[in-house]
Amino acid sequence: MKAHKALIFELSRTGRIAHSLPVLDVPEVEALPKEYTREEAADLPEVSELDLMRHYTELSRRNHGVDNGFYPLGSCTMKYNPKVHEDVAKLSGLAKIHPYQAEETVQGALQLLFELQQDLAEITGMDGVTLQSAAGAQGEWTGLMMIKAYHQSRGEGLRNKVIVPDSAHGTNPASATVAGFETITIPSNEKGLVDVAALQEVLGEDTAALMLTNPNTLGLFEEEIVEIARLVHEAGGLLYYDGANANAILGIARPGDMGFDVVHLNLHKTFTTPHGGGGPGAGPVGVKKELVPFLPKPLAARREDGTYYLETNLPDSIGRVKGFYGNFGILVRAFAYIRTMGAVGLRQVSENAVLNANYMKARLKDYYDLPFAGVCKHEFVLSGNRQKKSGVRTLDIAKRLLDFGVHPPTIYFPLIVEECLMIEPTETESKETLDHFIDTMIQIAKEAEETPEIVQEAPHHTLVKRLDEVLAARKPKLRWIRN
Amino acid sequence: MKQRYLPMTEKDRTEMLATIGVDTVEDLFHEIPASVRFQGEMKIPAPMAESTLVRHMRQLASKNISTNTHASFLGAGVYDHHIPSVVGHVISRSEFYTAYTPYQPEISQGELQAIFEFQTMIAELTGMDVANSSMYDGPTALAEAANLASGVTKRKQILISRTVHPEAREILQTSSHGLGLEIIEIPYKDGITDISALEELVSSQTAAVIVQSPNFFGHLEDLTAMEKLAHRDKSLLVVSSNPNSLGMLKPPGQYGADIVVGDAQPLGISASFGGPHCGFFATTKALMRRIPGRIVGETVDEDGNRGFVLTLQAREQHIRRDKATSNICSNQALNALAASVYMSAMGKEGMQEVARQNFHKAHYARQELSKIDGVEVVFSTPFYNEFVVQLSKPIKEINHKLLSYGIIGGYDLGTSYPELADHMLLAVTEERTKEDIAALCQALEELLV
Repeated sequence: MKAHKALIFELSRTGRIAHSLPVLDVPEVEALPKEYTREEAADLPEVSELDLMRHYTELSRRNHGVDNGFYPLGSCTMKYNPKVHEDVAKLSGLAKIHPYQAEETVQGALQLLFELQQDLAEITGMDGVTLQSAAGAQGEWTGLMMIKAYHQSRGEGLRNKVIVPDSAHGTNPASATVAGFETITIPSNEKGLVDVAALQEVLGEDTAALMLTNPNTLGLFEEEIVEIARLVHEAGGLLYYDGANANAILGIARPGDMGFDVVHLNLHKTFTTPHGGGGPGAGPVGVKKELVPFLPKPLAARREDGTYYLETNLPDSIGRVKGFYGNFGILVRAFAYIRTMGAVGLRQVSENAVLNANYMKARLKDYYDLPFAGVCKHEFVLSGNRQKKSGVRTLDIAKRLLDFGVHPPTIYFPLIVEECLMIEPTETESKETLDHFIDTMIQIAKEAEETPEIVQEAPHHTLVKRLDEVLAARKPKLRWIRN
Repeated sequence: MKQRYLPMTEKDRTEMLATIGVDTVEDLFHEIPASVRFQGEMKIPAPMAESTLVRHMRQLASKNISTNTHASFLGAGVYDHHIPSVVGHVISRSEFYTAYTPYQPEISQGELQAIFEFQTMIAELTGMDVANSSMYDGPTALAEAANLASGVTKRKQILISRTVHPEAREILQTSSHGLGLEIIEIPYKDGITDISALEELVSSQTAAVIVQSPNFFGHLEDLTAMEKLAHRDKSLLVVSSNPNSLGMLKPPGQYGADIVVGDAQPLGISASFGGPHCGFFATTKALMRRIPGRIVGETVDEDGNRGFVLTLQAREQHIRRDKATSNICSNQALNALAASVYMSAMGKEGMQEVARQNFHKAHYARQELSKIDGVEVVFSTPFYNEFVVQLSKPIKEINHKLLSYGIIGGYDLGTSYPELADHMLLAVTEERTKEDIAALCQALEELLV
């Protein structure tokens, strides 16, 4: 393959088609008034069906997915996406149904939604679940809007501060802003955990919630979670669980039992629905019983006679957060996964994810700086500070990994670790894959010392070399324009 | 218990634990306080083998009526269009669907180029300068447009027509409580926004005027008049549009819209009980740096080869945190890809033809239905592929009876517009044949006697 790949517009030739429409079988009884009519056709491609398939097939070959190779992208849980999920999601009784069909014609779909709500409540230790949110960030925002409604219902609408640790995902403070809160960021302590004294200092009458990821983005379990929960609740605040890292705790420790009041899950992470190149995902939200009245509407419900329906009579609901009932096709896949794994299987998922991460950490800690010792959960962070001394940055290490067919870890996040590499192997990778990655990382560490230019100039074997991101941002070219 | 997705053997586990320096996997969880450890087994149904799972899922699916067996006249935001075979084949390539957001452009050029092409096609179709890589869905894209307008104009008031999809208005209502927006609804008249009411409402307080065209009733709004009123006091004009209709309708960009949003579901994405679909967000160069979500831009590599990267990231949550323009992180990339493949398959000519067929089928159907006793056509303004009729009997009852004719009837407008009880919103896409339309007429003739 060459570095250059034509755009589909550049393949276009006037007069070619890839569509097949029947001849219009009704008379034209009316014409569209001229003032509403498009004068010039949209400049869309004109290609044959084979041109089209070759184009997209070649694009797919220029893309790295989990099926291509290891993808240890921290906090993204890039585990294997089972193929049978794709098959069942395409069943016409699930894919070709309309959201406004009468209840009697979608009993299977409603049953699936109802059972998934229940399963996710059980998994998180919560009392009620909405499946509406389309993604983690939307789940965060949905949860925060419920927290807001909860405080307002108690005459405490002045609680306007959301506390996040400095290791939090960027979506946490961004969601807090969009939900109308102010963010207070607190520092982590020397162990990489919430600094309880710093937390105590900022807790008060204006505290709406503390948002925590547990295990946190360093892969560390917040050991003082019970005390943290007590302090937040004592101050009148609520505890929000960012479920990005839930792959570490399935059947081992439930957010509800840790004292969390609201939790979102990323079904595209923990419950292995495909990431799709950036989405669609799904971000269901679970809440404790005090917050159940505020769940978005509608909710799937079951009548005594065993039939299912959509409950819309929820007077205290925060309202609707997304069209229809959430990303149903994604929910179908997560449901299939939970049915495949069962309780025991889900627990094994977390045990293996944690085993894999600790194994990699143990084998890599002599070659890279390890900012936080002790056991990790499903992911861990390294620092490239040692390599930086020989002029090799973490970005270079990431680019060098590309030469070995591996997707690099998350880099430069969390922000509190210099030259950070955040590694999440997931449970679906074999020991040989882990060893190959580890050996590659060790080789890169050696190269950084002996032949740093090999790393600095990487990647050497990809279709394109490093791309000029500054140019892209300074002179934005966001679409193709015909010459 | 062995599990096909978990490759570790007992031998592997023993070796790995030895390397770590612990005796058991349980030792890796020692720091979790005992009081929060989960005891026992979660109450979840027992694991299913693949064959059992497939049977179970088929059983659930069989309890639903699909458009495979019934002719559907249901639209109301989700449409039954033909999806070319190539769409499913492309999006089933796991190089696409098992990848994540293209953070490493050197090994993600395929996805990045596909999104760049998507952005181009959406900009072309809507008549706008730029589009982003996609949003969760049409309604949430609309709420994001309101947020953007409020940010740009530093005003809090949003005027939204009652002819905008009821769910989009509900979502806007929910999200308004976050940023403290004031939402005012504009009434409608004869199936479209009441322009004189808009004229009275719009002022220097207004951040945005939000309309939908074709609107929820299928009718075409007077965007020329609205543009003048919206821009009179420097408010933004936000237009939500059905992209399928833009094959034949003058694009909102040509009317001077500032932001065009909508859902790409009618472009090759299955109904899937309402999601996942694919929101799109297109705007002008002036507002480019305020767009929510991911954007792909063209650049060059070290050797001068053309390549693509995620760009203008200074807007985004992972950089700006609480100062970001939006909290959105993921998008609907796989469905944006589906829409791109659809638009490539339909092409310049097919997009016009499919729109033309939708238009004519809907107009023919309305004419035929209007001949039936008990069916009343209510609005007289121009429409696209959806229209409203009043029936002499309750919609719910009629829809129930239509099922036995193999027909999924239209949307019961009384559920979201109390004044339109007994009114049905019917969508007629290119998938409905002349025979389907005749069968609907025949059934209604029998049922409305």
